[in-house]
Amino acid sequence: MSEWPFLDIVVFLPLAGTLLIGLIPRARVGALRIGALAVTVVTFLLSLGILMNFDTGTADFQLGTSVEWIPEWGISYITGVDGVSLWMVMLTTFLMPLSVLASWSVERRAKPYFIFLLTLETGLLGVFVSLDLFLFYVFWEASLVPMYLLIGIWGYRNRVYAAMKFFLFTLVGSLLMLVAILFLYFSFPGSPTFNYQELLGTPLSLGTQRLLFLGFFASFAVKVPLVPLHTWLPDAHTEAPTAGSVMLAAVLLKLGAYGLIRFAIPLFPDAARELVPLVMTLAIIGIVYGAAVAIVQRDMKRLIAYSSIAHLGFIVLGVFVGSIQGMSGGILQMLNHGLSTGALFMLFGALYERRHTRRIADYGGVARSAPVLAGVFLFVALSSLGLPGLNGFVGEFLVLLGTFFRYRWWVVPAAFGIILAAIYLLWAYKRVFHGPITNDANLRIPDLRPREMVMLAPILVLIAFIGVYPKPFLDRIEPSAQKVVDQLRDSSALPEAAVGDADAP
Amino acid sequence: MTTDAVLAPFIIGLPLAGAVILLLFGKRMGRVAGVIGSATVGVAFILGVISFFSLLSRPEEERAVSRHLFEWITAGSFQAGVDLLVDQLSIVMVLVVTGVGALIHVYSIGYMHGDERYPRFFAYLNLFVAFMLVLVLADNLLLLYVGWEGVGLCSYLLIGFWFERRAAANAAKKAFIVNRIGDFSFLLGILLLAFTVGSLTIGGVNSAAAGELTAGTATVAALLLFGGATGKSAQIPLYVWLPDAMEGPTPVSALIHAATMVTAGVYMVVRFSPVFEASGGTALAVVAWVGAITALWAALMACAEYDIKRVLAYSTISQLGYMFLAAGVGAYSAGMFHLVTHAFFKALMFLGAGAVMHALAGEVDMRKMGGLRKAMPVVGLTFLAGVLAISGVAPFAGFFSKDSILASAWFEDQYALWGIAVFTTLLTAFYMARLFFRVFEGDLKVPEGAHPHDAPRSMAAALVPLAVLAVIGGVINLPRLVTLEHFLEPVVGESHVPTGLTPWVLGGIALLVGIAGILIARAFYTTTAGATRRQRLQRLAPWFVTAVRNKFFVDRIYGRGIVLPGKALASFSSSVLDTKVIDGVVNGVAWLIGRGAEEGRHVQTGYVRNYAVITLLGVVVLVGILFLRIGVA
Repeated sequence: MSEWPFLDIVVFLPLAGTLLIGLIPRARVGALRIGALAVTVVTFLLSLGILMNFDTGTADFQLGTSVEWIPEWGISYITGVDGVSLWMVMLTTFLMPLSVLASWSVERRAKPYFIFLLTLETGLLGVFVSLDLFLFYVFWEASLVPMYLLIGIWGYRNRVYAAMKFFLFTLVGSLLMLVAILFLYFSFPGSPTFNYQELLGTPLSLGTQRLLFLGFFASFAVKVPLVPLHTWLPDAHTEAPTAGSVMLAAVLLKLGAYGLIRFAIPLFPDAARELVPLVMTLAIIGIVYGAAVAIVQRDMKRLIAYSSIAHLGFIVLGVFVGSIQGMSGGILQMLNHGLSTGALFMLFGALYERRHTRRIADYGGVARSAPVLAGVFLFVALSSLGLPGLNGFVGEFLVLLGTFFRYRWWVVPAAFGIILAAIYLLWAYKRVFHGPITNDANLRIPDLRPREMVMLAPILVLIAFIGVYPKPFLDRIEPSAQKVVDQLRDSSALPEAAVGDADAP
Repeated sequence: MTTDAVLAPFIIGLPLAGAVILLLFGKRMGRVAGVIGSATVGVAFILGVISFFSLLSRPEEERAVSRHLFEWITAGSFQAGVDLLVDQLSIVMVLVVTGVGALIHVYSIGYMHGDERYPRFFAYLNLFVAFMLVLVLADNLLLLYVGWEGVGLCSYLLIGFWFERRAAANAAKKAFIVNRIGDFSFLLGILLLAFTVGSLTIGGVNSAAAGELTAGTATVAALLLFGGATGKSAQIPLYVWLPDAMEGPTPVSALIHAATMVTAGVYMVVRFSPVFEASGGTALAVVAWVGAITALWAALMACAEYDIKRVLAYSTISQLGYMFLAAGVGAYSAGMFHLVTHAFFKALMFLGAGAVMHALAGEVDMRKMGGLRKAMPVVGLTFLAGVLAISGVAPFAGFFSKDSILASAWFEDQYALWGIAVFTTLLTAFYMARLFFRVFEGDLKVPEGAHPHDAPRSMAAALVPLAVLAVIGGVINLPRLVTLEHFLEPVVGESHVPTGLTPWVLGGIALLVGIAGILIARAFYTTTAGATRRQRLQRLAPWFVTAVRNKFFVDRIYGRGIVLPGKALASFSSSVLDTKVIDGVVNGVAWLIGRGAEEGRHVQTGYVRNYAVITLLGVVVLVGILFLRIGVA
């Protein structure tokens, strides 16, 4: 089994699947759906092979391939996963079939829709497994285009503005990263190469590191997004079709955090270390500001979008505090946020299909007409607000713990975010699901259908499982997380968590 | 492994399984749901009793057993497992939670009969019991926090059980958010202990507190934990959610908002008493004073309340204040004793109030009631037992537990605290007697259309045992018998109340004050002259009456002082900072670029396909630039 190149097959299977979709006549919408579902389900099943063959005890890259591509320019096709990317790959393959299910009501131009969705999957997976900067950049840009088209063509009324904004923000960031990549390429002392692992040791002056770090950071900070580079997100989320919102929140936003962990910190550790206070400040502003703005949103999808800004702030905080708890918690939280926010968008998408409005004020009393939907929504909201026993708490707690170990006072505003999370989620929940039904349109909202239950059930199970028994996840994350922590922290400093574990086992 | 360690997971597992089954399949079960819900908690109680005797059968020093179930959160050197601790303190809580819990489940079979979400109610109630048991059986602070927030969730679900009513939906949300504010503090306390102690197990934290923890750190940690307790146990300044929580069905008020969940804060302080002790007086003084002032504050409001359930809610806040006062003067076993007796008599009175509402079509305004004792003798008589118990009339249960708190305060030389507590005893007896006289004595008075009837069998089945416990519950701590105090000693240390004449005198004072309170209420509320006497008294300090009737304006102060400005700030961030400033810059830049490219304007047709083409072109150009640069190199 382990001889199989699972990783590379999984990455390109969705792209190959677009050929299959291409063969189906565009009028046969049902067949298109089934085809897309089949491709994504098979991709997911094969990705389980990655999970099963993953070696837990190591921080090395595994299960990948390395072949020369354009040797004269030092460009190779190098792939591999470690504890950081493993869960991002799994999250992507896991959510994609569910996103197809969430797209069941797409009738208009279904064929290109599913083709773009599958292309998006290959693009995202490619970003997570690329270990060559050129390859990485190609996938990075490649994932941008299908997302842009999904928003721009299948989105809601303001879709063109939102898509353009999404595209321009990301593109500007990408260009700065491209310049940084090229600079690094030319700075490498040996024969020119884009090979990530070889570039890791490139000797750079602190000033150069700083500039290059900022080049990468610009791109990743837009993607995360960090305040004040976030304003594309509420528009993109709000206007995107349900599956677009799901993939945007669950996976695309993780590209930024992933890039920081994989590239920005290991390639430029001195600059990263120096800029920790800046990044942490931005992260904490994101936590508080995102949550505060979420409270007063009148549009449910905008509210969830701002909640994402707050959650991603937690992730970036964990990544940059420089302790294993923070890093592991941040990485786990990338997975957790993907699950819970993905599910929130699916649930609200289901509600939107029934009522065709995103305005919170148009709802009220929905728990009476659709009790199961209301119950599931609450469950996911509780995961999102970090209720202990569900997945979100494990990640958030570790981030806070890691922060406390290193920067005691910073934890106070960050923890304040958990109060705000309860406020925006429960207030919105009350206005949508509780209270008397004042609008007759809410009187007969059909409850969740079997297809929707099938789509949500796997997420709900994972939310509870990670909350109760996160060990299998944390075990696989920890070695790789530890490596990045070591890179971020001065190697001459004391070993891991010299503070706070005086009498730990 | 000892019997109790074997049983512990099942004690939690039974109600948890009940909750899951009822949530998934309850709809098809109908009335059976109530039986299943009651049975799981009833069996858990039996297991609790077996564990208790297994514990008793061992020598004192072997009565604490910890059981590791599985690893939970591990990262770097940090570890927190799912570990349970069965010891004297947790078993007392287990017995109260499952015992009173089982009775209230049975009561609910009658009370919730006919409700369209009947199975759901029992599912939530079972879930609550499961989380409460996690809270009391947890062997580390982080697992305790799971139970802590879990019971908060169930409280939210049950307060908002009739979510169609706006007031219920609002009260549920308020309860959760106010508790979250407390939990913010609690979580910081956990982080501080995790950082300084390195372990969150109860043994680890408490032995560190007795050893290496500095007084300063212990003070901060203890106060942060106590901040959480002020939320969960409804103390100043976070008590405001509890009166509103009365929107929930009455069995919920009895179980969660009187007997069990709200006492979690007291349990937590007792459990981590070494941390509070290690602060060298400061933390405990804060606990004692917050408790005492809350006791008085809430008792005052109870005197001016007309809603029968809210009187009981303020009374609960006030009694919880007593328990914190006890803990604050180091009388942990007295606090626990009062926690147990209070669970009996307050649950009893809530269930009695529920029976009254049940008979009067949901009426809660005491001014529309009167003389119900004859129409519903079982309820009236059992309620009377509760009133006498809480008023501290000997030999009812409340007398002993309250007396031991008062005596402890006195012998710790806290005379001011003792004075406040004694005055509060007067108020307590007064407002409880006032409630009883208004509702049960005098001429029969009911709202129009109501046909008062006595409690149905399932409800009486809960009232009578609780009434018996309210009467004789004091025996668990009678000197020279099986005493709770002695039983708890290994966990909380010895009690300091000496023997001699003084305790008898103090007890006598408490008893007389209680009786005085009842007599004053009688003078005001049973005769026709009472009404004029009341008016004359109120004219003495009209501003005070206004203040009390408006609950000291606390809700309004919080609303105008915190909620409104907070919302305004958030709105400003959203509509000005985000939309005008940040997006203004973005759109401005876009506009500038657009002007610069005036010539290419016809490209901006708004037709998406064009943008897509441009995008693809862009990628091609980028790759081209890349190749060019490489070529140059």
